[in-house]
Amino acid sequence: MWVYEKKLQYPVRVGTCNPKLAKFLIEQYGGADGELAAALRYLNQRYTIPDKVIGLLTDIGTEEFAHLEMIATMVYKLTKDATPEQMKAAGLGAHYANHDNALFYENAGGSPFTATYIQAKGDPIADLYEDIAAEEKARATYQWIINMSDDTDLNDSLRFLREREIIHSQRFREAVEILKDEQGKKRVF
Amino acid sequence: MFTLRKAWHPYISPFDPCKPITVKTYSTPPNLYIGFQPPNLPQFSPIEALKAGTLWKAFYDPWYSPYEIVKRGQSQ
Ligand SMILES: [Fe+2]
Repeated sequence: MWVYEKKLQYPVRVGTCNPKLAKFLIEQYGGADGELAAALRYLNQRYTIPDKVIGLLTDIGTEEFAHLEMIATMVYKLTKDATPEQMKAAGLGAHYANHDNALFYENAGGSPFTATYIQAKGDPIADLYEDIAAEEKARATYQWIINMSDDTDLNDSLRFLREREIIHSQRFREAVEILKDEQGKKRVF
Repeated sequence: MFTLRKAWHPYISPFDPCKPITVKTYSTPPNLYIGFQPPNLPQFSPIEALKAGTLWKAFYDPWYSPYEIVKRGQSQ
């Protein structure tokens, strides 16, 4: 069960009208290493992972939906007033033909989201290593999007999201440490 | 000196079609180094933490675009 809070995890301000950025940002919406993939991957893996780390997957999986909502807000703000001409000029002509200005779960290249982006291997270490890799890939994606954007307001929100990926990766790494820990041995810091 | 950005020098051919980039960098964030988080690490104030995206100073490693770096007059 979830409780919904009607506000964003971090404010999203978009400084300039730039639908081209929306095309890049969509990668983090419906792309392989995007927020939707992350949320679905972690929440689904919870059922078959040792109970010590279920809570972590619930926490992070839930937060990914909060990130998804931030990305949606960015894409929406960047495209809501774009004319068909502007959509075309931003490389979103094919998107417009199929979806008007609606958001859709697709990657920057326009490929629709697919469950083949995520895995549930059932082996706790394999699954957590996938999660760590996913976080590093999402971190890198944010870097490349920030590199192409001169919108300081937008980049501020993207920087927040990138920092969260660093933290998520850290927590998944700690989860591996917990699971590989020799039973009954004291942990020394 | 410890850094969160590493540099390397790709091979440059005399026949490269584009102007070669002599130094390439990549990110090596703090999560690669700290291991299981030790207790009592220094914290940001709650308001700083909300902005930074983390409570823990050791894990803070922001990324800026080349445009922003020019504007701020800083190097990454
Ligand atoms: Fe994440």
